[in-house]
Amino acid sequence: MSSVGTRMKRKEDPRMVTGLGRYTEDIAVPGMLHAAIVRSPEAHAAITSIDVSVAMERHGVVAVLTGEDMAEDFAAGLAMVWVPPGVEIKTPDHWPLKRGEVKHVGDPVAVVVATTRGQAYDAAEDVIVEYDPKPAVVDPEKALEDGSPLVWESFGTNQTHQWGVSGGDIEAALGEADTTITLRLVNHRTSGAPIEPRCSLAEPRREGMVLYSATQVPHIARFVLGGMLSIPEDKLRVVAPDVGGGFGTKLQVYAEEALVLALAKRLGRPVKWTETRSEHMTTSHHGRDQINVITLGAKSDGTVTGCKAEIIADLGAYQQLLTPFIPTLGFPVMGGCYKFPAIDITITGVFTNKMCTDAIRGAGRPEATYWIELAMDRLADELAMDRLELRRKNFIPKEEFPFETALGIVYDSGDYEATLDKLLENFDLDAFRAEQEELRAKGVYRGVGFSTWVEVCGLAPSRAVGPQGVGLQAAFYESANVRVTPTGSAIIHSGISPHGQGLDTSFAQIAGDILGIDPENVTVLHGDTDQGAWGWNTYGSRSLAVGGEALVRAARRVQEKAKRICAALLEAAPEDIELSDGKYQVKGSPDKSMTMAEISGAAHIPPQELPADIEPGLEESAFYDPENFVFPFGAHACVVEVDAETGKVEVIRYTCVDDCGPAINPMLIDGQIHGGIVHAIGQVLYEQVVYDEEGQLVTGTFVDYALPTAAELPSFETDRTETPSPVNSLGVKGVGEAGTIAATPAVASAVLDALAPLGVKELDMPFTPMRVWEAIQAASGGNGEGPRASEQGRPLDEHGTGASGSGPASPDEGSGT
Amino acid sequence: MSATVRVRATVNGEHRESLVEARTLLVHWLRDELGLTGTHVGCDTTNCGACTVHLNGESVKSCTVLAVQAEGAEVTTIEGLASEGSWHPLQEAFRDQHGLQCGFCTPGMIMAGAALLERNPNPSEEEIRHGLEGNLCRCTGYHNIVAAMKQAAGGDRGASSEEVPA
Repeated sequence: MSSVGTRMKRKEDPRMVTGLGRYTEDIAVPGMLHAAIVRSPEAHAAITSIDVSVAMERHGVVAVLTGEDMAEDFAAGLAMVWVPPGVEIKTPDHWPLKRGEVKHVGDPVAVVVATTRGQAYDAAEDVIVEYDPKPAVVDPEKALEDGSPLVWESFGTNQTHQWGVSGGDIEAALGEADTTITLRLVNHRTSGAPIEPRCSLAEPRREGMVLYSATQVPHIARFVLGGMLSIPEDKLRVVAPDVGGGFGTKLQVYAEEALVLALAKRLGRPVKWTETRSEHMTTSHHGRDQINVITLGAKSDGTVTGCKAEIIADLGAYQQLLTPFIPTLGFPVMGGCYKFPAIDITITGVFTNKMCTDAIRGAGRPEATYWIELAMDRLADELAMDRLELRRKNFIPKEEFPFETALGIVYDSGDYEATLDKLLENFDLDAFRAEQEELRAKGVYRGVGFSTWVEVCGLAPSRAVGPQGVGLQAAFYESANVRVTPTGSAIIHSGISPHGQGLDTSFAQIAGDILGIDPENVTVLHGDTDQGAWGWNTYGSRSLAVGGEALVRAARRVQEKAKRICAALLEAAPEDIELSDGKYQVKGSPDKSMTMAEISGAAHIPPQELPADIEPGLEESAFYDPENFVFPFGAHACVVEVDAETGKVEVIRYTCVDDCGPAINPMLIDGQIHGGIVHAIGQVLYEQVVYDEEGQLVTGTFVDYALPTAAELPSFETDRTETPSPVNSLGVKGVGEAGTIAATPAVASAVLDALAPLGVKELDMPFTPMRVWEAIQAASGGNGEGPRASEQGRPLDEHGTGASGSGPASPDEGSGT
Repeated sequence: MSATVRVRATVNGEHRESLVEARTLLVHWLRDELGLTGTHVGCDTTNCGACTVHLNGESVKSCTVLAVQAEGAEVTTIEGLASEGSWHPLQEAFRDQHGLQCGFCTPGMIMAGAALLERNPNPSEEEIRHGLEGNLCRCTGYHNIVAAMKQAAGGDRGASSEEVPA
């Protein structure tokens, strides 16, 4: 009986529904001190003086340290790991505490360590810092203009780098087009906003240090932090306990992790720091923030001839781990699920006086998918073609997989027609259009948006992404160790580091089936650098496609050894042993069989009959580096209703068909899709990190940064097709980011469809009530176009957010229960 | 150094008593003094609801209640929701329906949901969604949280691990 493919309930849940989850902030160790950080209120300034004397006098204060005080504590600054061949990326020094100048609001200036959290915060308020403000630049386009204030004067420019990729002859392709369209689309700045704030606790223990941290990447953190603090890797243990959501935010090595380690090292005592939500909004990296100018050319029959994109990426003030790489991460799918013969991409990175951008759920692919899909909509309109027909016309046909795109990327497998067909079986478009027409006559504006999407995930492969490939200074294989205990349970160590995905369960299902052990008796361990083999952790929808396959390989090795032991004891040939119904039995002789518990017992306490050439024990490891990425795909439809009187947008229906290969646990897949969709709905309708023209952060709490609540959302209709990937033996593709990548254009397109009869053709996200209302007003005023705003650097009173509560700002806010 | 105040309350059925700084929030008393770390802090501004507990049977956000306001009160946290070794039906339902992923919002969500079901044992989907709008979840998109609420309200068991969806 196979567990893979069933909706096994999660092994993680019993502790989490009873309050026994153990997150970093829940850990207290004897003698623990608390750190609070003094941060810059200025967007750009020279630090002229820091007076810590009053703070030092405070009760309970153990230390107050500035950047200068800690200059000797760090052998290196925070890391940025992308070195693309032939491209120089301007990368400033990035110390955990700033020396000399601050570059964005929230930049850390000093740290206070005290006996209690309250004492630390009180004393932090008594640290007196004087600043000499300098001009700040927040708009990335203005930052590229001559004469702009410079974030880093030493570089003489705000341009960090330019990176491009091209395939086919774009000029010829656009030249032979009968129709071309050009769109400018802003993908605004967002926050990952996991509900668990970041938290790090460093504890001196034995000869080394233990760092507990709310991180997605304990192994990478040990690698980077060991270097920064000159701690050999065997003396630094990094533990990611239960982690309360990541969404890319915790795919980072942060200043505060280095700081608590340095403080614990200095003081010889454990030091904990916990982020406030305002610190999260100012100093946990942001995502997106791109301006995309897209040109598509097509023949009159709809065949696209070429696709050109010029992308300005606002990277903020520093380079964090992957900051400049994130826009580039979208490039393998900058062409979508279409057969574009020529693609040309240019990405220009820009410094501004804002927090760095880096990976947030989807990381480069939602941005790319957003502009591809909206450009396809516009092209269809221009050609007077049905939007879905244009897509079908340009789909890569299923017979052509594996398909090499114009950019030389090989899509592993796909059947794009099948997902769209199934979507339209589940969603009656004709009925919707008829209803839409009727409702419009009554002044009710509904719209539908479609997205036929493909994404690239399963990061790996090292050869493509690593130093000799795109240029990340890392590798991306994954590891697993499978150990069967003497009584027949299994302990798995994996290099992945989940934070909500349910991999303790799905990995137990996979290993249980291969080993012949009930998955309830398979325990999956991860997130501790002192346990198991090296891993590259969890991000980029890679855990299953890379870590899962490593697990399969290790488990199969254990199974092979179990068969050899079984064969020896049952006096059969190893190739005649088969695993059936949880028993290892001789083919054709079901009465001659052994359970894994019996085999493992013999492996650990070998009987005389066991040949001497079979080693004792039952444990194997495997490392796996895939040959290619995997490319999940699907088709999504979103229906919204816009209240023309107030500008409020409501998602009223959401239907999707996704394909991430064969399901290990369909319940977990649905959960990932639901969450991914809502992450996109958040960006499209509600969420935006806003800085004013002085570089002050306007959205510093959940009061101003509006996450979607249950009250704004419908339930979702999910469905799947299963097209196996040839890349791994499970046939699986990632699913953690798929919903976000797919839904961003679908939701936006639905809003624009609803607004079309009101004369609004273009509008940038987020579609807040004020922005939508203004667009409707402007359109009815006769210019036919909505207001064009990237938001960055707009005066404070134009932002139109600021409603109380965490829901969207809307005129009827507060009328609910 | 602010003044200390004595706080005495019945927490999960046990008498608890501490001297706390007057400014101590209920959530910090529960977490830091009593070791009840199932109640979480997610936002500091009463938006996210991760800190939701029951105070005299009503759900409150414990980051917005001073510990001293719990003087003489009955406090129930996620650790005290199960009774006599049995989970609350909503705890079962959250597991059955996959109503949690990272688990960080879950204790607050379950406490808020349990209080909602106390007030309204048979809520409609709309009433569930509005009733939980003070609790943020970033993982689930709320779909399966709503399903869990429906299950707990209806008293039926969700899909078992053997069942494959239709």
